[in-house]
Amino acid sequence: MKNKLQLMGGLFCAGMLAFTVVDAKTLRLAYDADPVTLDIHEQLSGGVLQLAHMTFDPLIRWTKDLGFENRLATSHERLNDTTVRFNLRKGVKFHSGNSMTAADFSWTFDRLKNSQDFKGIFTNFSALNVVDDYTIDLVTTGPYPLVLHTATYIFPMDRKFYTGTDSNGNDKGEIVKSGASFASTNLSGTGPFTVTSREQGVKIEFERFADYWDKSSPGNVDKIVFTPIKDEQTRVAALLSGGVDMIAPVSPNDFGQIRSSSKADLVTKAGTRIIMFQMNQERRAELKDIRVRQAIVHAVNNDAIVKKIMKGFATTAGQMSPKGYLGHNPKLTPRFDLEEARNLMKEAGYENGFTLTMMAPNNRYVNDDKIAQAVAVMLSKINIKIDLQTMPKAQYWPMFDDRAADLMMIGWHSDTEDSANFNEFLTMTPNSDTGMGAYNSGNYSSSFVDESTMAANQETDPAKRASMLQAVEERIYQEAGIVPLHWQNLAWAARKGVNIEPIVNAMNFPYLGDLVID
Amino acid sequence: MLQFLLKRLLQAMLVMSIISIACFAIQDSLGDPTREMAANSISSEERVLLREELGLNDSTIVQFGRFIGRAVQGDLGNSYFFKEPAMTVILKKLPATLELSFAASILIIVISIPLGVFTAIRPRHWFSRLTMAISVIGISIPVFLTAIGLIFIFSVTLGWMPSFGRGETVEMWGYWSSNFFSGDGLLHIIMPAVALSSIMLPLFIRLVRAEMLEVLSTEYVKFARAKGLSSYKVYMKHALKNTMLPVITVGGVQIGIMVAYTILTESVFQWPGMGFMFLEAVNRSDIPLITAYIMFVGFLFVVVNTLVDLLYGVINPMVDLVGGNK
Repeated sequence: MKNKLQLMGGLFCAGMLAFTVVDAKTLRLAYDADPVTLDIHEQLSGGVLQLAHMTFDPLIRWTKDLGFENRLATSHERLNDTTVRFNLRKGVKFHSGNSMTAADFSWTFDRLKNSQDFKGIFTNFSALNVVDDYTIDLVTTGPYPLVLHTATYIFPMDRKFYTGTDSNGNDKGEIVKSGASFASTNLSGTGPFTVTSREQGVKIEFERFADYWDKSSPGNVDKIVFTPIKDEQTRVAALLSGGVDMIAPVSPNDFGQIRSSSKADLVTKAGTRIIMFQMNQERRAELKDIRVRQAIVHAVNNDAIVKKIMKGFATTAGQMSPKGYLGHNPKLTPRFDLEEARNLMKEAGYENGFTLTMMAPNNRYVNDDKIAQAVAVMLSKINIKIDLQTMPKAQYWPMFDDRAADLMMIGWHSDTEDSANFNEFLTMTPNSDTGMGAYNSGNYSSSFVDESTMAANQETDPAKRASMLQAVEERIYQEAGIVPLHWQNLAWAARKGVNIEPIVNAMNFPYLGDLVID
Repeated sequence: MLQFLLKRLLQAMLVMSIISIACFAIQDSLGDPTREMAANSISSEERVLLREELGLNDSTIVQFGRFIGRAVQGDLGNSYFFKEPAMTVILKKLPATLELSFAASILIIVISIPLGVFTAIRPRHWFSRLTMAISVIGISIPVFLTAIGLIFIFSVTLGWMPSFGRGETVEMWGYWSSNFFSGDGLLHIIMPAVALSSIMLPLFIRLVRAEMLEVLSTEYVKFARAKGLSSYKVYMKHALKNTMLPVITVGGVQIGIMVAYTILTESVFQWPGMGFMFLEAVNRSDIPLITAYIMFVGFLFVVVNTLVDLLYGVINPMVDLVGGNK
């Protein structure tokens, strides 16, 4: 027995040593999931974009305050209404050793136009013309205000590396969603980190790229060990027990534990993902009445949801565009007023109320099912009885596509970090030919919203464009087209000494290349 | 013997075909896998194209026919997430789950038999009462709560134990990565194994105790005592051996069930085994992987039951495997 105990003790000590001796330059990172692929054009998702920012570089990238900074572009200028010229950085190397030139951009652009997920972002772009080895022109089909926004999605891929056929005789550049491909398992970018090993769902190891062009980056991380940890409590425990150095996302329920710990810091940022309910006017005649919709919006207490359910981890919203977006209209604030809501119901002739069905996911947005329950209770105060059904996202999306309930929850993040994107998907009249309003489950329809959004997409003067988009928000507000709830915040946590504050941002692509570990 | 095994093989095939039919029947409610494979913003035509590529637009009957056609050749389809054959993925995750179940079984055997025997021999001893009281509590605490409690005490507060993953594993025979041959690996498996065993342990203690009590009241034990055999011989040689028969039957089945319990334990400890893989597959609507996993677990149950029956025969020669006349 004594021997056994000693053995156990020995094991403990050995484990502790392995556990606490940490190379200061290694970042052990834990997100909730790992990217599904190494092909950055296969899927437009947060995980893949995070990978792109670790292993590739865009032409330009977002700064913390939603401005732009040059990366692989050194400067840009507008030549005419439809053309923007970018001058490219010289001396940039891919992980394979190939030098980056304009030809890589041209190849990448063609690939983007072919990608199921990314082609939508590039519909307004007709060509990427190579002027010389270090100059490219981006050409749009008409005047287009979001050239720079879109340029943040152009991460040049290594043309030579991805050209040719792999051992199975398949094209190396092929984008395959339904199976493995060369590009989904091999990677050569210009970014700060190279992938050294990867086991899907278990671990990815990155090493700093020795020939990285950005010598002025303060980043000093040599190695990243990325482990997906799905369970949020396990993720926090892993951080607090020293098993990992940085985690994301962090659930509001765990904020207290991290804040009170002497070992770790919490960093939160106002996010840009809007959470809302849509009211289906096609299913329910009552919801066609603007007063009923207004009553619903007035009955919902956004503040209470943010304080009680989100524990302050969200910003109450009266519109879709968050602060910092062109279309953000500071006048449009949440309008909880139960008295007014009751009056509106009375005016509309529905004093005694009616029953509505409601659906929401229960594992897609932060506290989604609890929010739906709270809204159901709030609506009961104006005699609207809610028949609520919540379900996992896997089951929810087919339901959403079928418009299966009168009130449906949706959260949306604008891929372009621009207000027009919200309208294109959520509030414009659904139209299967143009593809607009694809996620407008409420069938809210306003010709003003439709026309102004389309006009704003042609307007290159930011001031004029801002006033157009703000007018659209105001119209939706007046007509109660949607029930805006809040913008979800973002949270990361890291061991003390891992300075994540400067590198995290509202887009949720931490710029890990610039991370400094003390 | 051969007849017995053949019969079981037939049974296994029957079980697996029933499972596959059930899987296809519920396939539509497993969600739309394209939601996990493509961005929200892609157009509905693109989504239809993707579904076409995956063969999801065909009728259930056509899909099932295609599935069976491939399944008889040993191909259960490719996982959407892992982009590999579903069986390859499962076999890759199998060692982690089996090792975890094995470690938990060892804990159960090593702890439950002595405790069960002791509580049966000395029912009024304070230690017996304590054991029984704790086992009542143990049986009523859900496994994930035990797991989170362990993490909180031993990882976060005391900082003794790693809180997630398998740690450093040692490759065996080029395929099997094991936790049992490195200090770090052993350290990582302790808490998950304890959490996993916590559900079964009280059950086994009670089972061993009950069986032992029953055997102790039989005539032959009384006779052995009267014959003047030492207590040790009576308890260990005569009583315990006969106690083990029902324990093995129940135990074998329970170990099969334990593989299912690994789902919870593995997801709390981020243990990269089959259970966690299955949970994630459900979240991602990874239909081929879900189907393959359920069929595999069905197969596993048949195998475990067969092994239990064989073992039973070894311990008790009176058992006739094939049945019928001899």
